[in-house]
Amino acid sequence: MTRALIVHRAGPGVTLQDQGRPGYLGFGLSRGGAADRLALAEGAALLGQGDDLAVIEMAGLGGEFEAGSDMRIALTGAPMRASIAGTRIAWNASHALPQGARLSIGGAEQGSYGYLHIGGGVDVAAQLGARGAHLAAGVGHAVRAGDDLPLGEDPKPGEVGQGITPLARFDGGTVRVVPSLQTDFFGPDQIAGFEATDFHRDTRGSRMGVRLIAEAADPLHSDAGLSVLSEVVVPGDIQITGDGTPFVLLSECQTTGGYPRICSVLPCDLPIVAQAQPGATLRFAFVALQDAVEAERRAAAHRAGLRDGLWPLVRDPHDIADLLSYQLIGGVTAGTELDQEKAQT
Amino acid sequence: MTPHPATPTHQDATGWPHIRTVGVDGLLVSFGDRLTEPANRAALALRAAIEAEGWDGVEECSTSLVSAYVMFDPLGISHSDLQTHLRHLLDSRDWYNADLPQGRRLWRIPTVYGTDLAPQLSEAAQAAGMSEAEAIASISGTRVRVQTIGFAPGQPYLGELDAAWDIPRQKTLTDRVPEGALTVAIRQLVLFSVSTPTGWRHIGQTAFRLFRPEADTPFVLRPGDEVEFQQTTPEKLAVMRQDGPDGGATSEKIT
Repeated sequence: MTRALIVHRAGPGVTLQDQGRPGYLGFGLSRGGAADRLALAEGAALLGQGDDLAVIEMAGLGGEFEAGSDMRIALTGAPMRASIAGTRIAWNASHALPQGARLSIGGAEQGSYGYLHIGGGVDVAAQLGARGAHLAAGVGHAVRAGDDLPLGEDPKPGEVGQGITPLARFDGGTVRVVPSLQTDFFGPDQIAGFEATDFHRDTRGSRMGVRLIAEAADPLHSDAGLSVLSEVVVPGDIQITGDGTPFVLLSECQTTGGYPRICSVLPCDLPIVAQAQPGATLRFAFVALQDAVEAERRAAAHRAGLRDGLWPLVRDPHDIADLLSYQLIGGVTAGTELDQEKAQT
Repeated sequence: MTPHPATPTHQDATGWPHIRTVGVDGLLVSFGDRLTEPANRAALALRAAIEAEGWDGVEECSTSLVSAYVMFDPLGISHSDLQTHLRHLLDSRDWYNADLPQGRRLWRIPTVYGTDLAPQLSEAAQAAGMSEAEAIASISGTRVRVQTIGFAPGQPYLGELDAAWDIPRQKTLTDRVPEGALTVAIRQLVLFSVSTPTGWRHIGQTAFRLFRPEADTPFVLRPGDEVEFQQTTPEKLAVMRQDGPDGGATSEKIT
C-alpha cells in the first residue's frame, strides 16, 4: 500500500516546500524553499529525520488532512489551531496520526507560516532537483483538496510525543542587517532614519517579499538608484522602490533587480521578517559583517543542537483530560498544557 | 550605528574591477558602473573561470550585466580568503578582452508592437522622442544580445539599444505584465518569462516561452545569444501561440 496523506481542504497558501533549488541562479531561478528555514530544522529534529525532506507550508491558514496509513507528524512555525479527531493538540510538537484520523489545522494565532511535517517526508517527484513549489517561477503548484500526497519511508516510526521550544520569531522585533553593495546610494541621514523607524508589515506580502509601512517617516529615496543597472538580488535584501516603499525580499525573490537595496537581513534573522504577521512592528539594526558571520555560526550551532533540546510532552495523567484518547493518540494534550507551553516560549 | 559601507577592496587605476559584499554570504566582482560590451564579456568570462576553479566553500555563481556573483558559505571559507582567490584570478588576465561564450545562437522572435497587447508603446516612444512608427523601426531593426539572464527564470536582459532609449524605469510599478512581454528602459530590453509587476514599459508582446520547467532544456536563451524582435500582427501571433512554446521563433547558430 502506498503511504499517503489525503488532503480534504487546504488554505490558498498551502504548498510543498523544502530547502529549495540551488544551482540555477545563473538561469534566473532563485533558490526558493521554505519561507522559514528554521521551522524545517525544528520539524526535522522533532521527527528525527533529515531537514531536506519536503514538508507542507501553510501561509496563514492550514487545512484538513487524513492519514492514509499510520504516520507521524510534527507541527512547527507559526502556531495554528490544530486538532486530531476533534481534540486539540500541541504546536511545536510531534504526534501520531493513526490511519483514518483527521487532522484539522486552522488559522495562524501568531506569525504567518505554519509547517506540517510528516515522518518520511512528502515524496513527490523532484523537478529541477527539488520537490518544493516555486510559484513565482511556475514550478510546482499549490496543495489542493483532493490531493493524495505520497510519503517517503519513515525513519523512526512510533517516536512521537516530543516538544520543542522555538526561537521567538512570530511577533516582529529587531532584525539585524548588514551593509550591502548599494548601501552607499543612501546618505547617512537616511540610514540613521531607517534604523530609527518603526516599520509595520503590510498586508501585502508573499513568499517573494513583504512590504513595509513606515508611520510619519520621510520616504527613503535614492536618486542614483532610479537609473542604476539591474544588479544581483538575494533573499534578505531590503529594496526601496521609486516611491520610497521598502520591501524585504524572501526566498522566492527575483535574482536581479533594478531598485536600490539599502541593506540585507542576516539569513538567521530572516524568519523574523517572514513570520511577522500583518501589522507587526519591525526595526532594523546594522551590524558589522564579522558579527553577522558569528551570528550565522551561532545559528548553525543552534540548529545542530535542536535534537538535544527536545522535551517529552506532559505525561502526568491528572493533566490529561481524556486519558483514553491520549493512549490512542500519543501526544494529545489538554488545553491547560498549551497555556503552560506558551508561557515557556 | 552608522554602517561600514561595503567597501571596494580591489581596484586598478580606473577603479575597476572592484569587489563588494552581497549580504552575509556573497561577493560581487563588478567591471563597471554602466553597461559596456567589454564589461559584460568580462563578467561572463570571470564567472566561467570561477566555476572552473572549484574553490571549497563556493556554492553558486551567476552574472548580472557587468558583474560576476559568488555565493559561498562564510563558515566554510572566510571573506578575506575568497577575496584573495578572486584577486589572484583577476590579475591573471585581461578580462575585458575575453571571448564571448561558445555555442551562441541568433533568435528571431515574432513580436506585436503596441495595440492593446502592449499598451505602453506610445508612452515609451514619446519618452524616447520618437513617433510610434519610428520606435517600432528602431527596436525591430536592432539585433540585440543577451547580456545576462536574471530576475526570473530564463529571462534575458538584451542590448544595447540606440541612445534615444536611455529612458528611466517608471517610478510606480505596472501591476502586471504577461509572460512574453517585451519591455524597455535604460537602452535595454527585457523579455518577461513570468507574469509580474514591473517598472519597465510594455511595448511589445511575444508568444515565446523562456522557461519550460518540464522540458529537457528548461532555459532556452543563453548569455551571448542574439535576438531580433520582428514585427508581426496580433492575428498571426495568436496562430503562432498555438504552434508551441517557440511562438513562431526560429534560431540558427552564430558562426
